[in-house]
Amino acid sequence: MPTMNMLQAINNALDIAMGEDDKVLCFGEDVGSFGGVFRATSHLQEKYGRARCFNTPLVEQGIIGFANGLAAQGSVPVAEIQFADYIFPAFDQIVNETAKYRYRSGDLFNVGGLTIRTPYGGGIAGGHYHSQSPEAYFAHTPGLKIVVPRDPYQAKGLLLASIRDPDPVIFFEPKRLYRAAVGEVPEEDYQLPIGEAEVTKEGTDVTLVGWGAQMEVIDRAVELAEKDGISCEVIDLRTLLPWDQDSVAESVFKTGRLVITHEAPRTGGFAGEIAAAIQERCFLYLESPIARVTGLDTPFPLTLEKEYLPDHLKIVEAIRASVNF
Amino acid sequence: MTTTPDIHAPTFLAGDEFSIPTFRLLKQDGSLHEGATAPELEQDKALAIYRAMVATRVLDERMLAAQRQGRLSFYMQCTGEEAAVVGATAALDDADMIMAQYREQGALVYRGFTFDEFMNQLFGNELDYGKGRQMPIHYGSRKLHYMTISSPLATQIPQATGYAYGQKLAGDGLCTTVFFGEGAASEGDFHAALNMAAVHEVPVIFFCRNNGYAISTPSIEQFAADGVAPRAFGYRMHVIRVDGNDILAVYSATREARRIAVEHNQPVLIEAMSYRLAAHSSSDDPSGYRSKKEEEAWRDKDPILRMQRWLIDLGWWSEEEEKALQESLRREVLETMKRAEKRPPPPLDSLVTDVYADVTPELQRQLDSLKRHIRQYPEAYPKGASSLDPDVRAGDDVAAKGED
Ligand SMILES: Cc1ncc(C[n+]2csc(CCOP(=O)(O)OP(=O)(O)O)c2C)c(N)n1
Repeated sequence: MPTMNMLQAINNALDIAMGEDDKVLCFGEDVGSFGGVFRATSHLQEKYGRARCFNTPLVEQGIIGFANGLAAQGSVPVAEIQFADYIFPAFDQIVNETAKYRYRSGDLFNVGGLTIRTPYGGGIAGGHYHSQSPEAYFAHTPGLKIVVPRDPYQAKGLLLASIRDPDPVIFFEPKRLYRAAVGEVPEEDYQLPIGEAEVTKEGTDVTLVGWGAQMEVIDRAVELAEKDGISCEVIDLRTLLPWDQDSVAESVFKTGRLVITHEAPRTGGFAGEIAAAIQERCFLYLESPIARVTGLDTPFPLTLEKEYLPDHLKIVEAIRASVNF
Repeated sequence: MTTTPDIHAPTFLAGDEFSIPTFRLLKQDGSLHEGATAPELEQDKALAIYRAMVATRVLDERMLAAQRQGRLSFYMQCTGEEAAVVGATAALDDADMIMAQYREQGALVYRGFTFDEFMNQLFGNELDYGKGRQMPIHYGSRKLHYMTISSPLATQIPQATGYAYGQKLAGDGLCTTVFFGEGAASEGDFHAALNMAAVHEVPVIFFCRNNGYAISTPSIEQFAADGVAPRAFGYRMHVIRVDGNDILAVYSATREARRIAVEHNQPVLIEAMSYRLAAHSSSDDPSGYRSKKEEEAWRDKDPILRMQRWLIDLGWWSEEEEKALQESLRREVLETMKRAEKRPPPPLDSLVTDVYADVTPELQRQLDSLKRHIRQYPEAYPKGASSLDPDVRAGDDVAAKGED
């Protein structure tokens, strides 16, 4: 099996999707011959022509509005927003249009073909305009699906599933891992399920839930916790909307403890939603309060990024506090 | 309302019927174009402009080198566009607001931002006005009327319209100049800004630096029209296209634009035609999307060389002065860089200040809990640990003293 980094896996998924279905189009700022500023769309223009892989003018609301129209027509657009920090000019198109197309027309029209790819997250010394994790804004919007892969294998399988999913998907790519995460990725076409979490490690004392780049951080914390003799169960949510409550609840029934982590600020962050839903379902099984390890309620900093980020040490402390409550 | 004549057959006007001329005064050899008159510019001011252009170039070269040596995380040059930005700034009142995109360090240099001030921001140290929160090159100066840069493109353009409307109401005879690239001019914010400025008769100068590329995207993939300038007609706005490498043309065009803005409360669009000689940023490699030949052709149009020749012809400048200036600037940049690099980062408490005017109780809780955590693992957070208070640095248990 070939090894790929996350960018290569994403590029490979796009290549497969475009090769298989000529309705699939890739576009966005710098996406054309240059292949995107991170090179996720490298060689696609060469291979599939300028009509199917192209640069757009620099206008995110235009990119997504255009993509909505294209998807309504029956094409399968994969639109790139260069950084998740720059998705907000397109917020209206996504939240009011993409999300509600099917609902407001009684299914006369839909934009299910649309996939929006965008790099998110910190750890790259990007300051607050190249580091944000805006997933919670979108997770508040019925009609969207939100997918976040943690490694190259997941990225390829989940991206192919997103492109073929009957609903519009925002696909948040953990850019810190673009080149850092390398792993075996099958060359052939495969899909991973949307809407299903994955238990990446079984354990009995505490459940850890995260997504995207946080999964690697969780793994480091778990190594430390297990040295203390704490047995951790780890869940990668993979899809934030709709999220897999059953898998998380089932795990918490078993462990009685839950620690959730994300990079985004705490207040209104998606961990709050998970905590609320799980305490509704698992209240009598909980042995300690559900803990959140998150960014602070501030914009993303630069110089003090390391202090700001929820790292393995903060997570391991939360695990210990949860177990020793 | 203007009245337009009726027609009685479908007659379309083609989108390319307008082509906008380019205003030029100075040739590359330093002489004036035939029929051109240089603007009034006394020697002192001309030399101040020139020195600012050279200082900007030196700063850019040195800081890119520093980035390559790993001393700096990121840098953006404005090489090739010095005349456009410095020329425009020199034509303004020093108290006029400037809202820049990110490639306008020349404006700051001209207004007297010191190398120390540049370095403090670039290294995000404790003296950075932005408190180490933004990536390098996101400068701001209240004193110099230069709005702090924000990365999301074009957001400053409608803000400039609003700021200038406030200036008009204040009646202080000032205006706002907003800089942006031809790429950013595609954003919805650009169109919103121009429309509101024209409707509300706002004294704002929209200054587009058309440097041919938005990262890798050439301007022909940015718009089908003849650049950005023709859009002004759609909003009924004054417009001029100027050779952005021609310091005299940029200066006179902007001076006149300022007169129109301030005396008549009318917005003006200036499109300065230039070329981004450098990479987009230190993270970019332009060889992937354009030819060396193209770059070389533009190197021959160097705006600094052009002005230098003009100054030498006038007898206002000499090779010796040039050499001395270059040397002293290089030395100064290096010295200030060394100073700034050594300074500590902003204190840990700056993580939670300025989110609101006052730190909220929840943010205070979050900070306290972070401090407790850092005390537990001081070696894992060297910056944060060293910025805890001195007692903690000495290993005292502050929590026990009730300060936590
Ligand atoms: C809203 C938004 N979208 C995307 C970006 C990423 N980005 C940063 S600079 C840039 C290109 C800007 O080109 P232009 O406006 O022509 O200015 P130039 O860099 O040529 O000076 C892009 C796409 C951004 N900063 N903001």
